[in-house]
This record gives sequence, C-alpha cells and structure tokens, in this order.
Amino acid sequence: MIPEIIIRNAPALLIAVPMLAAFITPVIVRAGNGVMKAWALLATAATAAIAAIVAWQVLDFGTIVYTFGAAAPGLAVPLDSGGIPVRIIFTIDAMSAFMGIIATISAFAVCLYAVASEGRQTGQEIFFALLLLLEVGILGMVSTGDLFNFFVFLEINSIAGAALVSYRIRGGLSVEAAMKYGFISTLGGLIVLTAIGLLYGQYGALNMAMVASRMQFTMLDGIALAMLVAALAMKSGAVPMHFWTPDAYGLAPASVTAFLVVASQASLYGVFRIVFTLYGGIVQSLDWTTVGWIVIVLGVLSMFVGVTMAIPQHDVKRLMAYHAVSQTGYMLLGVGVGIALLGTSSFDTYGIVAMEGGIFHIFNHAMYKGLLFLTAGAIIYRTGTSDLNRMGGLGHSMKWTMLFFGIGALAIAGIPPFNGFASKLMIYESVYLFNPLLAVIAMVVSILTLASFVKVFHAMFMGPRLPEFAEVREVPAPMLLGMGLLAVIVVFFGVFPEQVVAGLVEPAARALADQGAYIASVLGGA
Amino acid sequence: MMTKIVRAAAGILFPFVLIFGFYIVAHGHLTPGGGFQGGAVIATGIVLLIAAFGAGEIGRRIGPGALKGSEALGLLLFIGTAAAAFGFGGTFFSNWLANGGAVFGNIVAFGPNPGDLNTGGVIPLMNLAVGIEVLGALSVIVLLMLKGVGEEAE
Amino acid sequence: MIANLPFIAVAVVALIGIVVILTRQNLVKMVMGLSLVEAAVNLFLVSLGYRNGGIAPIFTSAPAGEMVMPTVQAMTLTNIVIGIATTALLLSFVMLVYRKYGSADAGVMRRLKE
Repeated sequence: MIPEIIIRNAPALLIAVPMLAAFITPVIVRAGNGVMKAWALLATAATAAIAAIVAWQVLDFGTIVYTFGAAAPGLAVPLDSGGIPVRIIFTIDAMSAFMGIIATISAFAVCLYAVASEGRQTGQEIFFALLLLLEVGILGMVSTGDLFNFFVFLEINSIAGAALVSYRIRGGLSVEAAMKYGFISTLGGLIVLTAIGLLYGQYGALNMAMVASRMQFTMLDGIALAMLVAALAMKSGAVPMHFWTPDAYGLAPASVTAFLVVASQASLYGVFRIVFTLYGGIVQSLDWTTVGWIVIVLGVLSMFVGVTMAIPQHDVKRLMAYHAVSQTGYMLLGVGVGIALLGTSSFDTYGIVAMEGGIFHIFNHAMYKGLLFLTAGAIIYRTGTSDLNRMGGLGHSMKWTMLFFGIGALAIAGIPPFNGFASKLMIYESVYLFNPLLAVIAMVVSILTLASFVKVFHAMFMGPRLPEFAEVREVPAPMLLGMGLLAVIVVFFGVFPEQVVAGLVEPAARALADQGAYIASVLGGA
Repeated sequence: MMTKIVRAAAGILFPFVLIFGFYIVAHGHLTPGGGFQGGAVIATGIVLLIAAFGAGEIGRRIGPGALKGSEALGLLLFIGTAAAAFGFGGTFFSNWLANGGAVFGNIVAFGPNPGDLNTGGVIPLMNLAVGIEVLGALSVIVLLMLKGVGEEAE
Repeated sequence: MIANLPFIAVAVVALIGIVVILTRQNLVKMVMGLSLVEAAVNLFLVSLGYRNGGIAPIFTSAPAGEMVMPTVQAMTLTNIVIGIATTALLLSFVMLVYRKYGSADAGVMRRLKE
C-alpha cells in the first residue's frame, strides 16, 4: 500500500517535501504560473498526507524518534558515545503529531485560497516559496527534539513570516507592520538563544530529553525558564507582549494571516513543551502552582484585553487580530489550570480535562480563525475596502462568503453545534471546579466575543445593497474551496467532538504531561 | 564608477579573491571554513567589483538572473545530496559516501596529520552546494539593494 | 574575575545594543542596535565553550591535550548566518519605508494607530 521507505522516513519527509518544493518553486515558474500553482498545491497536499501517516504511526506505535544522519532512524544514542545522543533528532509524540496535522491542513487550505486571491500580484513564485518555507518552519518547530534545532526553525518562521507580511507593499503600511514583526521576532529569538546557551553551559547537552534528564533546578535554570517562556509567549501574541499582533495580522494579506495564526500557535506549543517536558521532572524544587497561576493570569489578561480592544475597531482584520489574542488566552487558561494541578491528585480528574480543552482549542482556533480571516480576505478582494463603516449589504451578492462567515462567527463565540463550543465547554467545566471566578470571566468574554461578531456580521452583510458595490460578485472557486475545507472541519468537529477528543486530543494531552515516557523513548528507558 | 586606478586594481584582485574563496569552500572539512564562509568571501569579491565599477554596470554584465540561477542550483544540489541518502538505505542527511572508497571516500587517519582532501564523504559536496548558494544569494542582495538606492523617494 | 571578562563584555555590548534600539530615531541605527545585540549573543555562545588550555577543535590536529567545545562554535556560526538574513530583510524594509515615506526616521512610522 504505502511503500515501507516512506513510512520509515516519514518524519524527515515532513520537512523534506515542503523544503524541496520551496526550493524548486522559483525555478518551475519558468514553465508558467499555472504550473507553479499546481506544484505548490501538490506539495501542500503531499505534506498533509505525510502528516497523516506520521500521526497514524504515532497513535498506533507510540513516540517516534528519527535521527538525522544515522544509519537507521531509531539509533538516537550511538553505541560508542557513552549514552549521549549526539545527533539532531526529531521526537514526534502525540502532541507533535497533533500540531503537525493542524499545520498541514491549514497550509493546504491557505494554498488553495491563495491560488486565486494572489492572482493579481507580481512575483507570485516568491509568495508560494515563502509560504512553503513557513510551513517547514512550523512543522520543524513542533517535531524537533533538539533545543537548538527548535531555535533555527523559530528563526525560519520569523523571517518567512516577516517577508510574507509585507508581500503587498500598499504604499508602505504593511512594510511598517512587517518591520515591527521582524524586530520583535528577532529579539525574541535572541532571548531564546541566550536561554539555550545557559542550559548548554550548565548541562553540556542540546537534546531536550538529555537536558530534561539531567535537570537540577539551579538559579540559572530559573532564569532560562523565565526567558524562554517570556520570549515564546511574546511570539505567540499573549498579553502584555501582544502589540505586534494587530499590526502584523491586520496588514498582511488575508491568506498569510490565516497561516500566521498557526505560526503563533507553534510558539505556544513551544511554551508547553518547555514547561512540561524540559522542566517537568523537578516537582520538588519548582512550585507548579506558581507557574500554573502565572500562565493562568497571562491567559485571563489576554482574553480580557483582546476582546475589549476588539470592540471599538472598525477595520475588520484588526478586529479579528484582537480576537485572536483573546482566544489565545483560552488556550493558556486551559493548559495553565493543567500545570497548576500537575502532580496533585485532582490532575487525573479535572486537570487533564482542562489540558485537553486547551489543546483542543488550539486546533479549533486554527480552523475557525483561519476561516474568519479568509472570509475577511474574500470581502476585501471583492470590495477593495476593509473598513466596516463603508461596507454593507453584501449578503445579497456574496451568499457563500456570508455562510462561511456565519459558521466561523458562531464557532468563535462557542455556540453549539460548532467546534468552539466543544473545546470551550471542556474548559468551562474543568476551570469551574478549579476556581469558579475564572470560568465566569471566560463565559463573559465569550458573550462579548459573540456581541462583537454580531456587530461585524450586521455591518458587512445586512442592510440594503449599496450602490458602490453593485458589481460585486462571489469570489473565485479556489477561494471558496479553501474556505469550504475549513468550514467542513469546523462543523465536523462540532458535531462529533467525542471521537476527536478520544482519538487525537487525549493522547496529545497525556503525552505532554508524561515527561518520563518522552525521555525513555529517546534515551532507551535507562 | 571610480577612477581608473581603482578599477584596474579591482580587476586584478578579483581572481585572487575568487580563488581564495573557493579554497575556503573546498577545504571546509579540513581547515576552518566551509560553505558559508567561502561563499561570503566570493560574494565580497563581487561586491569589490560593484564598488569599483558601479551597480548598473555589473548588473548588466553579471545579471541578477545568473546569480539567482546559481542560488537555485546550490539549493537543489544541497537538498538533492541530502535526499539521495534515502536511496542508500540511510536516514535523511546521512553520509552515504563516507569511508566508501568512491568520491571523497578515503578513511580518515587518526592522530595529527596534514589532512587528506579526498575524505569526508558527503560533506565537501554539501560545502560546495552551500558555497554556490551563498555567493548567489549575497550578491543578489547587494546588487538589488544598490539598484534600489538610486531611485528617488516617492 | 579575569575568567568572567567575556561574560561582562557580553552584558555591556547587549546593554549598549538595547539602549541604541530604544533611544535612536533613525531606523538604520535601530537595525545596527539589533546587530549589536546579536554580536553580544554570539560572543556569549563562543565564550561558553572555552576550556582552559584547550586548542582549536580540528580533528586532524588532535594532540594529547584538550580541545575547546566545538558545538557552541557551530551554534554561533548558524546564528551569524541567521543574523545576516534578518539584517538583510530589515534593511530592505528600511529602504522601502524610505522610498514610500521620504524619510528614514522612526517618527514617520506612526501611521498605524492603536
């Protein structure tokens, strides 16, 4: 069925295929624009298939370790090295496979959408090459088991992301946003590198499992933890370091924004991987409730600040960017409750449910936020404006876009039967048992989100048909297909949440919380 | 465009800079250096030409097209060499030429020795690929930036 | 004390770089400040690997003595390459801002409000 060589090397193919495609794209454009677009679509579809293969292998056989440059993939610890893994490895456990699926589905939908939406721009081969490189960066970040490799993929993310934000120059506005994004990303990356240097100087190893097994929590390790969490939270758009988010998300092309959301979530994955796997073994010296409460406070601040700053916005993409900040707060809240309960007895009753809710919310957020940004992009594509005060009455001519926007808006507000309801319900239930006030705040933020999106829906689609939009038709088919793919997933996950949670989310949450299994899979159970 | 002395001197120095750069690339597995460092030195040679003759002139002679082609060739050679390891049963990026007796396949002698150029396996090939790629990329960056400087603010 | 000198130098250079980013108005100088911070981090990484009395880590010169750690040197090299790519991108952005707005002053980048 599937050749053995592909299954054996699937983790490497996960980054090799989009990288090869990205390098060939500027060359293949000489055969025509259509050939290049078909090539990009083929590459993203192939990567999605490989991510599915990797996820199936991980869910059936446990954590996969892939060693680069060895004679066989499983040889993480060379026989003559004295028990030290020297090569760069990919450690794909259930959480990594979960994030990989999110990234590849999102990449395919965005590529489908961008085939039509970027059709009027010059230099499209650069756009698709950068999109594929951004996908490489995200997939590398979530799969790697080596700290410095994580940093390298983080920087690939930053550079490709900053270049994509400024893809449409638009008189210089998007260049401003891209410069802020580039500056802040680079500073964050340098802070991460300093922390990695500190950890290397202490323990002489860059492999995550190696550092985790040798970790004794000294003061320098505490400084490194604070630096890593602060820099990665900054890159994922959590308050109080979220100031780049409205500019970068608001001025990038809509397809790019839908994918930048996934890149921010990869940084969030980095926070979780550092806290749970790298520092997870020292329950005696690190006060888990403190760390958990710090994450919870970050989450609550993000939720609240995001939604309150979104309400007065009248640029539709900036409004959605603030909502992205707010939804990141939900993920931080869910996993923060899980962290605060780590090691206690109530972890297995409702702590794991909170973590599952937070992690499930990552997937749902990528899907419905991507869908919302793509619909906003469709409206801007046809009307040429992104100002809510000037739009109106588009429901008469853009029926499919209105339907997709409606699905996305109901999902983000947490209305059943869409996927936002499923993950938010898990978060509400478990957080209520932890601290009722937090659950009440989460529900209030949900109501404010609904109010905000009702306003946007009314401003964009309701009302009489406006004269200046008389010739507005529906958007081209590839854009509808891209949006349709995300909408189908939103509806499907909302109608069948049990299967998704049991099959994908729960293994991911368990893999994240179980540090011992991670170390054992790399170092051989010693 | 600078004076005649500068242009003549740049023209005389350029081949030496080129040779030095390729020496650094080729001996990357024995002495300090390697792909990126050698590529940067060669790109510096091209920047020397640009400084002496002007960006427009060099842009006409060695156009961005040839340099971008060099960059693409370097990238494809790099990833192709890494992926060829699949065909030999190893993992991605594994060294399928080392100690094999074929191209670059000699066994490395232990202890202090002057170093054999014919060792290293895949590493000298990847050095070459990265060197070609970096010289193309850095030269294109400098060329396009200098061409852009000449345009007025709108 | 003398053994800590590289780390003190790292802190000084990084501080100078951050002060330059925060106080200078010209965009090109802000990018230079970022380059200073990168140089500080590179110096930090290289000085982490130093071992007293070690020689350069070249395999074909392996004597009986000790070598300095080569892993951090590879990390520093990678960071230098990343720094070049980032600086090139940011400088291109500065050139575009200059071309579109007519000035390279940070005050001109206030068009994006709240």
